[in-house]
Amino acid sequence: MTRWLRSFGAFWYDFVIGDDWRGAAVVAGGLAATALLVHAAAVNAWWLLPVCVVAALGWSLRRATAGKR
Amino acid sequence: MNSLALFLTVFIACAVEAVEALTIVLAAGLTREWRSTFQGMAAALAVLAVIVAVVGPALTLVPLTGLRLVVGALLAVFGLQWLRKAILRASGYKGLHDEEAIYTRQVTAAQAAAGGGRRGVRDWYAFTLAFKGVLLEGLEVVFIAITFGDNQQNLGLAAVGAVAAVIVVAVVGFAVRAPLSRVPENTLKFVVGIMLTSFGVFWGAEGAGVSWPGHDAALLVLIPVMLLVALGYTALLRRAHEAVATAGAQAVQPVEGSTV
Repeated sequence: MTRWLRSFGAFWYDFVIGDDWRGAAVVAGGLAATALLVHAAAVNAWWLLPVCVVAALGWSLRRATAGKR
Repeated sequence: MNSLALFLTVFIACAVEAVEALTIVLAAGLTREWRSTFQGMAAALAVLAVIVAVVGPALTLVPLTGLRLVVGALLAVFGLQWLRKAILRASGYKGLHDEEAIYTRQVTAAQAAAGGGRRGVRDWYAFTLAFKGVLLEGLEVVFIAITFGDNQQNLGLAAVGAVAAVIVVAVVGFAVRAPLSRVPENTLKFVVGIMLTSFGVFWGAEGAGVSWPGHDAALLVLIPVMLLVALGYTALLRRAHEAVATAGAQAVQPVEGSTV
């Protein structure tokens, strides 16, 4: 049962998160920061998530190619 | 997002997944046994139908803001995965997704695997290969169709786009009985990655409470910006990759005029 649960969890992790968890972490952090700015500071931070996503993509690509340069 | 854009986005994304599933099914069917392969496909489709029947109506009960936040986040993460792979392939850091090579690998593995049936299935290997391939790629089709359809309050059209893509790929694939290696899969993945990421960012930020300047028209800026960024990253990485390749080639050649 434990093995089945572990492989079930591993399947969904691979399906949603994939090769690099940092992209998912940046998106989650960006969304949390956006919600905080909108609701707590009344700032319409529409620009924050696109910046986070572009940065996350660059970071992920840099890490993926770092050892191959 | 108008109906045509919704249809095309879902159609292209699902067609890419269907091409991948078809490669696995053909490898199982042509090298092992068609009956068990079809049983595996049917079992996977039944599981997918149950998932759609459970998740689809459940999503309609979630408030739109919450739905957009969760679905937007998932789409953005999913899109980033696709885009990352497509950029690495386009810049030469990763081999291009080659359906012909994948098909050959699957065929070799299928030929080497032991035969034998189980639980009313004549060839268990063909069954599990087809089941896993269709379920995994089908899950992505279901995910894309449900998230796009639900967010646009047009689940019917998204489902039509997904089903149409699967039917077109299946008909063409079974007509030629070969993997669809001529489909420019990396280019399609690049385009779909841009779309998933852009819509994910748009809906996710809306779910977080943002009001986009220009409302839906913001997508007309967001998508080209994501495209330019992705093309920029591709160009930078391609140049770096070519520089490494050139340096490697020069390193093995004797320098002109040297005493070596």
